[in-house]
Amino acid sequence: MILPYFIVIPLLAAFLIPLVSRRRDTGAVVLSLAAVSSLLVLAGLAFSGLGGETLVYRMSAWKLPIGIPLVLDALSALMLIMVGLIALTSLVFSVRYIRRLGRDWRYYALFMILVTGMNGVIITGDLFNLFVFMEIALFAALALVAFGGRAHEFEASFKYAVMASISSSLILLGIAVVYGATSMLGLATIAQSLADKSPLLVLWTGGLFMAGFGVKTAAMPFHAWLPDAHSSAPSPISAMLSGVLIKTLGIYVLIRLFYNVLGAPPLFLDIFLGLGAVSILLGNLLAIGQWDLKRLLAYSSIGQVGYILLGMGLGTPLGMAGAVFHMINHAVFKSLLFYNAGALETALGTRDLRQMGNVTRLLPITSGTSMIASLSISGIPPFNGFFSKLMIIIAAVQAGQSVLALVAVVGSLVSMAAYLKVQRYGLRGGRPVEKLVGEVDVAMKAAMVILAVLCLATSLLVVPAVREATLDPVVKVIMDKTQYALTVLGK
Amino acid sequence: MTLYALCFALFLVGLYGLLTKRDLIKIILSSGIMGYACNLMLVLFGYRRGGVYPILERGREAGPMVDPLPQALVLTSIVIELGVTALLAALAIRLFQKYRTYDITKIRRLSG
Repeated sequence: MILPYFIVIPLLAAFLIPLVSRRRDTGAVVLSLAAVSSLLVLAGLAFSGLGGETLVYRMSAWKLPIGIPLVLDALSALMLIMVGLIALTSLVFSVRYIRRLGRDWRYYALFMILVTGMNGVIITGDLFNLFVFMEIALFAALALVAFGGRAHEFEASFKYAVMASISSSLILLGIAVVYGATSMLGLATIAQSLADKSPLLVLWTGGLFMAGFGVKTAAMPFHAWLPDAHSSAPSPISAMLSGVLIKTLGIYVLIRLFYNVLGAPPLFLDIFLGLGAVSILLGNLLAIGQWDLKRLLAYSSIGQVGYILLGMGLGTPLGMAGAVFHMINHAVFKSLLFYNAGALETALGTRDLRQMGNVTRLLPITSGTSMIASLSISGIPPFNGFFSKLMIIIAAVQAGQSVLALVAVVGSLVSMAAYLKVQRYGLRGGRPVEKLVGEVDVAMKAAMVILAVLCLATSLLVVPAVREATLDPVVKVIMDKTQYALTVLGK
Repeated sequence: MTLYALCFALFLVGLYGLLTKRDLIKIILSSGIMGYACNLMLVLFGYRRGGVYPILERGREAGPMVDPLPQALVLTSIVIELGVTALLAALAIRLFQKYRTYDITKIRRLSG
């Protein structure tokens, strides 16, 4: 059974890194790269070998209503691939970037704990187990946000920690209510016993989980912590946070709980739509006003998460396919944009768009890849962002929500304006830069080029034959709703 | 029912403190209070009136025992909360070293 290895490998690496590391960080780099690439290979094998089936692993061989199951279906396998991919490029990018902050093995140990937490959340089939893994991921994320050790980084980390502790308390309260009503903690068993309970109970638990995981998703009314935390963290960590952490702790858990456990109650789908529309408009609009490149990217993350929520809220297979597709795409291009910001910061010593000048000649790869990423995120064909936004907009029109489709189009135009600002004032600005303060090394360039190629390659997912093999099994798992419970319990 | 209401009131006390207090230390304490309320709620859900301790011995029935699972959950969540509190306290110490104050309104290098 390969399921426990998704948790064991990164956790073991996190444990071994402090043991093998002395003064140099070579051991830590090699170990963490080996761990993450083996995770990516395993996830790829799992996704291709799964073929729409569901694997269940019973921890310590306890029978199901009592024990804790690990569940691997198409949705979790896809999420595992996403985490593995972004973690691998992020580590490749980190090597040089982190040496600037000090040759430190602690960064790699914390990074592996972050990956452990995220993989655990994705693969577990137990509500309280999910809570524990979520806290593990959050601990590592909080420490990594403050890793630079400057005053504003501690400030951002404290703000994030307070918001995270409020949301975790709400989630724990939700778990307590669920347990009080059903005496169950496994997601599958809860889904079965909630089906014949009163709608009021679904309302209570749904409300608590929506508020708790809404904060982790950073949808618009719950977003206050995100711009600070994501812009203060080291750039590879910003890519991990924006690219995958808000999606595993937020979007993935919301999909799992509201579709597979609660069976997609219409009231909460409407809330998804509302949150999505507000996030799309305000997130992109606020992004335009920023001059700090990483703050601009962070606000734009809120807007892009809005698209995913919109697709989820429509409740149609096409909308869900669009949401899943946009989730993958956003992980790819937003991580790439954060690497670009990190490379620019390394080379120019600033993140302020007004301080950057005409760098297309000095940094051809950085500016070229950032152009590709900007085109993708603002939805220009033939890049991936265009297709996923188009799918969501078509799904909205088909579902009779033409106002929301209009909101999505307007939001896309506004986000294009924000990225035109990045390109026009930042990378192609009038202020000429004479010399660079730092060097963008081969590893950083490699990480950026890999993701830039993926920006084009993932648009192939829209081709019907490819889509049948990749997106459709994931959408089937989600749209089958509480069928999940029967599959896991083996009936 | 009164117990549940009081427990929820305790949760709201913590939330109120977290949202309105300006002192870093008071914010940390409020987050602790919120956590305690959740733990108390979990234990209350497992309790039954007139229950006995949940250890199965020869000649005892499982019927009147209290539910032991919430107690195990609460132990786990107390450990997690210890970690959160320690992390918050460490951050507060570092913030004090940088800004020489615990007042959250004076720690404002980042905006919104």
